[in-house]
Amino acid sequence: MATKAKPPTGAGSKTAGRSDLAASVDLTDDDLIRMYKTVALARAVDERMWVLNRAGRIPFVISGQGHEGAQVGIAWPMDPKLDWFAPFYRSIATCLTFGMTARDILTAQYAKAIDRSSGGRQMPGHYGSIDNHLVSLSSPVATQMLHAVGIALAAKIRKTGQVAMSSLGEGSANQGDVHEGLNFAGVHKLPFILIVENNGYAISVPVSKQLPVKDVAIRAEGYGMPGVVVDGSDVLECYKAAKIAVDRARRGEGSTLIEAKVIRLTGHSSDDQQTKYRDPEELAGLSSKDPVPKFRKQLQEAGVLTDEILARVEAEIKAEVDEATEYSENAADPDPRTAMKWVFAEDWPSETPPSWGFGDGTEGEGHGGPDDTSAAEDAVG
Amino acid sequence: MATKTFIEAIRDTLAEEMRRDESVIVLGEDVGKKGGVFLATDGLWAEFGDDRVIDTPLTESMIVGASIGAAMNGIRPVAEIQFADFIFPAFNQLVSEAARMRYRSNNKFGLAMTVRAPYGGGVHGALYHSQSVEAFFSHVPGLKVVIPSTPYDAKGLLRSAIRDEDPVLFFEHKKMYRSVRGDVPETDFIVPLGKAAITHPGTQITVIAYGLMAHYALETADIVADKGISVEVVDLRTLRPLDKKTVLGSVKKTGKCLIVYEDNRFLGYGAEIAAIVAEEAFDFLDGPVTRIAGPDVPGVPYNHVLEDWFMVNPEKIAAGIRKLAAY
Repeated sequence: MATKAKPPTGAGSKTAGRSDLAASVDLTDDDLIRMYKTVALARAVDERMWVLNRAGRIPFVISGQGHEGAQVGIAWPMDPKLDWFAPFYRSIATCLTFGMTARDILTAQYAKAIDRSSGGRQMPGHYGSIDNHLVSLSSPVATQMLHAVGIALAAKIRKTGQVAMSSLGEGSANQGDVHEGLNFAGVHKLPFILIVENNGYAISVPVSKQLPVKDVAIRAEGYGMPGVVVDGSDVLECYKAAKIAVDRARRGEGSTLIEAKVIRLTGHSSDDQQTKYRDPEELAGLSSKDPVPKFRKQLQEAGVLTDEILARVEAEIKAEVDEATEYSENAADPDPRTAMKWVFAEDWPSETPPSWGFGDGTEGEGHGGPDDTSAAEDAVG
Repeated sequence: MATKTFIEAIRDTLAEEMRRDESVIVLGEDVGKKGGVFLATDGLWAEFGDDRVIDTPLTESMIVGASIGAAMNGIRPVAEIQFADFIFPAFNQLVSEAARMRYRSNNKFGLAMTVRAPYGGGVHGALYHSQSVEAFFSHVPGLKVVIPSTPYDAKGLLRSAIRDEDPVLFFEHKKMYRSVRGDVPETDFIVPLGKAAITHPGTQITVIAYGLMAHYALETADIVADKGISVEVVDLRTLRPLDKKTVLGSVKKTGKCLIVYEDNRFLGYGAEIAAIVAEEAFDFLDGPVTRIAGPDVPGVPYNHVLEDWFMVNPEKIAAGIRKLAAY
């Protein structure tokens, strides 16, 4: 399952042996290299977003730095051709694991017409792709987990064998939708998995003011499902926990709540200054939990990631991010004449506003498009 | 042709649509064995079973949120909110999620889902079992809002709603469930969304209404006809998308416009109709665009004297018509 439908990395078959490390998680060395590439690509895309923001090229960044390892490890046992994921705004690595590309992320950052998530309509960070089974995301937090619950409900009714996963932060875990959704998933033993990526902060509010307990995961007991805590800086621990949950869900045994303890390396967003509420010592201590160097070192020590392979992977990542930046920079903006489209599946000319232009901004172009003058004729008739 | 009550037409339609399309499911509070608190889903659980007729926990946001997800994965959910008064926990899912899904994904995601809810007063339901909520949702682009007034329209519009590719809110006036009867053909007819109906042709005053008020408007048209006032009644049937052509066509013909709605007057649905008529039929008007609507108190009070005071009725509508006719 895990070896299907993942983006190719160019890692050659000559490395596809089986190290002890790979054998310990029942994956191949090639799987591990592709996992590493996804983790590192997510970081590289993310870092590029900040550079572009500080250079004034894109107005807003919301980052996933520190979450990448957990996201890749947890999404890896899912089958993006069959299963569904309802991600949240830090889910760049999740989206890449499900088959989105650096281009897909960066065209969204630039909000260009070709942006697959929204055609430039949504803020950056609101990724979604029906082709990759990634649910389109909004900004009110935790709403998306109910969509994954509904997908799981449909999977159970239709007997498709699908699993639905959703992720959110520990701050969002306090929303009422999470209670309603986990309760329903628990009652019906839905093939649903909720991932709480606990980075310790809801924007500026530390976990001590969000939770009266140490772990969100203990709430699972109240919903009749297992609650699991994993070290989110350990990619393979995350993978193992998710694999158990996915297999369990696919066997019809019900839902799981997984809490990954991660770190947030950046401010909440490009509009946040986290030094105002986080101590310098705390920030300095984060690097030991950074999943990117940690996973790299683990794979190097296991003999999976040789210098030669690492150099190739890094070169591929740099080329992909550079190409995606260039492509996005030069892509066309959306055409304002398309902005009335897709309120509904069909056009809705019955509400076309008067087009004589009393400052209503329509200036002769009604909802039915530039050729629709019927309402104007009626109005002055 | 069979004569059906309003609720029988709804129940029949649900059953027929579920037989026709196995992706149609019903979910909500008490919709299963009990068949819903008004019995709109009575018999469905026995015929279609647990998988397709789902008694949910008391979680309105989940009912709508899970319907959204199910609609993404090959199911056509018909959710029931037990009373429209209880829809507000699902407001975020309806407004932030369902309404925007197609637009925000640039047409990649669409949600074929229906949310039914009984609304309206005059049934001793007080503040929290009487509300009209259509104005909140009609304001939101991306939601279709339907309020039928006859068993025929209920059937034809509910078929259209369930078969539509976008989210539809389907509000049913609970006072009409058993008090309104009408002919319903056995054929697979539909009533298209977004089309109003002229239910009583006339020449002097246009009365625009929907739901229970569409019945009261018809009654009133007969009352004032005795006094020589010719009223044309427009039953909107779909509030959004609005059939502006029928509304403006009628007002341009009669020159006078009265809008009747049960909801609170201030910024109620009729305010938008008044604005459109004022903007686009100004040259045709022979009198002020007027409204008969519920008073601006936070809810329908319980005591029967107070409830009567709140409710719009044919007498109040007739008084408005006479005043406007004399203008």
